[in-house]
Amino acid sequence: MLSRTADHLFWMARYMERAENTARMLDINLEGMLLPQTPEQEARAQRSVLRISELEAMFEERHPNSDSRDDMLHFMVADQRNPSSIIACLHATRENARAVRGTLTTEGWETINYTWLEYNERIASGELQHSPDTLFEWVKYRSNLCRGVMVGTALRDDAYYFMQLGTYLERADNTARILDVRFADAEPNSREAARQLEDFYYWTSILSSVSALEIYRKVYRDVVTPSRVVELLILNEQMPRSLLASLDGVCETLVKLRTPNSNDCERFGGKLRADVLYADIRQILETGVHAYLTQFLKRVDELGMRVMRSFLMLPLA
Amino acid sequence: MQIYDEMRHDETVRTHYARFSRWLTAQPPETIARKRAEADLLFRRVGITFAVNGDLSGTERLIPFDMIPRIIPGDEWRTLEAGLRQRVQALNLFIHDIYHDHDIVRAGRVPAEQVYTNAQYRPEMQGVDVPLDVYAHIAGVDVVRAGAAGEFYVLEDNLRVPSGVSYMLENRKMMMRLFPELFVQNRIAPVAHYPDLLLETLRSIAPEGVDDPVVVVLTPGMYNSAYFEHSFLAQQMGVELVEGKDLFVDENYVFMRTTQGPRRVDVIYRRLDDDFLDPLAFRADSALGIPGLLTSYRAGRVALANAMGTGIADDKSIYPFVPDMIEFYLGEKPILNNVPTYQCRKPADLEYTLAHLPELVVKEVHGAGGYGMLVGPASTQAEIEAFRARLIARPNGYIAQPTLALSACPTFVESGIAPRHIDLRPFVLSGREVNMCAGGLTRVALKEGSLVVNSSQGGGTKDTWMVD
Repeated sequence: MLSRTADHLFWMARYMERAENTARMLDINLEGMLLPQTPEQEARAQRSVLRISELEAMFEERHPNSDSRDDMLHFMVADQRNPSSIIACLHATRENARAVRGTLTTEGWETINYTWLEYNERIASGELQHSPDTLFEWVKYRSNLCRGVMVGTALRDDAYYFMQLGTYLERADNTARILDVRFADAEPNSREAARQLEDFYYWTSILSSVSALEIYRKVYRDVVTPSRVVELLILNEQMPRSLLASLDGVCETLVKLRTPNSNDCERFGGKLRADVLYADIRQILETGVHAYLTQFLKRVDELGMRVMRSFLMLPLA
Repeated sequence: MQIYDEMRHDETVRTHYARFSRWLTAQPPETIARKRAEADLLFRRVGITFAVNGDLSGTERLIPFDMIPRIIPGDEWRTLEAGLRQRVQALNLFIHDIYHDHDIVRAGRVPAEQVYTNAQYRPEMQGVDVPLDVYAHIAGVDVVRAGAAGEFYVLEDNLRVPSGVSYMLENRKMMMRLFPELFVQNRIAPVAHYPDLLLETLRSIAPEGVDDPVVVVLTPGMYNSAYFEHSFLAQQMGVELVEGKDLFVDENYVFMRTTQGPRRVDVIYRRLDDDFLDPLAFRADSALGIPGLLTSYRAGRVALANAMGTGIADDKSIYPFVPDMIEFYLGEKPILNNVPTYQCRKPADLEYTLAHLPELVVKEVHGAGGYGMLVGPASTQAEIEAFRARLIARPNGYIAQPTLALSACPTFVESGIAPRHIDLRPFVLSGREVNMCAGGLTRVALKEGSLVVNSSQGGGTKDTWMVD
């Protein structure tokens, strides 16, 4: 297929996945509000949302010295100028889809187009202010729907696999960020880090944000402990949003997309997957989750670059 | 001025509208209102929009869709179809002649200066052979009914990159979705096979020796006003939709850049004007084209639809000669009327035009899309005087025609149902054979009394039925 078409499909899927994960994160952050929190905890939760997406600097620029929750929510949900906001992600999803609408199934395109149109109506009607949880639920639902429509209607050709590739790669990135956020916040081995590890509500909220609380219960049938959460989200192959499962998706898709040029990319992905597959949870906890996730994110980013170079960049005439 | 009403004649409903009219009267207003809202929502969800040229914000608009169809009885359609086939055949022969032997010029039927100094004449095409000798593979001929008798007149032959066929198809889909019962009650000729006919036409013009040609649709990109149509047609035909940057020329062959490496392209259905096709040959500032395409095309390594240089035949200064072409090449009498045309380059015609501006329609020779024209009866004195100055300054650039009393069709408007002026754009496909779908795109001027149907000027569309 056309490299440009593949590029649009890849990014369409990435942006949709990103919109969904941002909604998940913000939803959990809202739920945290229902619990008794110290002002510091609340401020920290706020900051962590921005930090996850590497947006602290931009937020500071747009809202100097603000620790207002409404500012943060608006910035992450409805601010077109923030390229990682849900509205910007859904717009990018829709524009990428529109550029290749002929490649998508009619249902696929209509689902994405309608998501964009209705999201704007919801924002205009003030849903963010009066029931943000409904809004986030809806974004998650629409993302599930879009993915489901593709799975249910699309021909299993390269177009489909480039969408899959985008989804899995973005998911690997986003899950790592969600997991990393508070580790990144605290100095390693500090008292604060220790306290956070003990924080039951923090860990259950992490699990909920990736729809994994019930899975946790099913897998461990035991109390929530930090090491198991980390294990579940990094190493469990059966947990669909774990790093390993996401990389499985990436690697399987790369095999399907194999070309004479893609060897390097496939090897890089396979190596990253093998490193996660054979990782030792005790070692990860010992050397520090943040350090582990930092190098992981770097490698996921590099994998994304190699995908671009192998398939998407237009070969010179 | 007597206006031909498509639906009624002296208060009696015409036979071909009888069934529909009974159905319409039986519909409660709430049903109609609900269906209209439903249609709007569907068009928006499907994303059947057009971008407004020159509007860089990327605003997308819906073309207003009117639910009352334009119905053409079978016998009238057959005459119209025969006339259109005849006309397009003659136009193709004319283009071939112009770029080869110039018989018609030497015979004195078309003045040489009208052809060879015309901005639409492409010297690059002189002596170039194109597959099957066909140039205008896709023609969208604008036809109107006028006068009290409702005779058909050809207004314009669009032979470059005519658009609108996607609305013909989507309007039909919409009507079938909203009112399936109408299609059970009436025998309406289907149009959904148009993309198949188009693909067949495109495949038939593949370069020699290519048995299974790779066909692509070339679009200027998603911000072009007709982008929806480009992607729609590519999808319906199951071919790639490409932009100029997706293609390159190597050793005179055209390739597209794919994830599997370069792949050869044999036929390009280009929705891009000649000027933008090849920055090496035409406009150097065009970022939309493919450097080297002209050379590849001239070498016969790739086929273009439509061919380069077709503008010479649909130019408004050539239009008055089309009936002559039909007689000259086919030895037949033209089936369809031409509108009488004053060529302002001729002193006598200019004089007449200047003296009768309030009654005439004056058009720019190279204009399109309803821009740059004067509709005398609908203009103020000041507008007429401003136009007069332009006309005197550059008479060669204009033609004038009597203002036709376009036929009117009942249309939903704010106050209920009222007659509005319409035209018709049927599409003629020419490859190994000539093919047409019964019907075409009906455009309607939604403003009361307006004669301008272009979507860029606030026109809408209707489904078009050929019924037997």
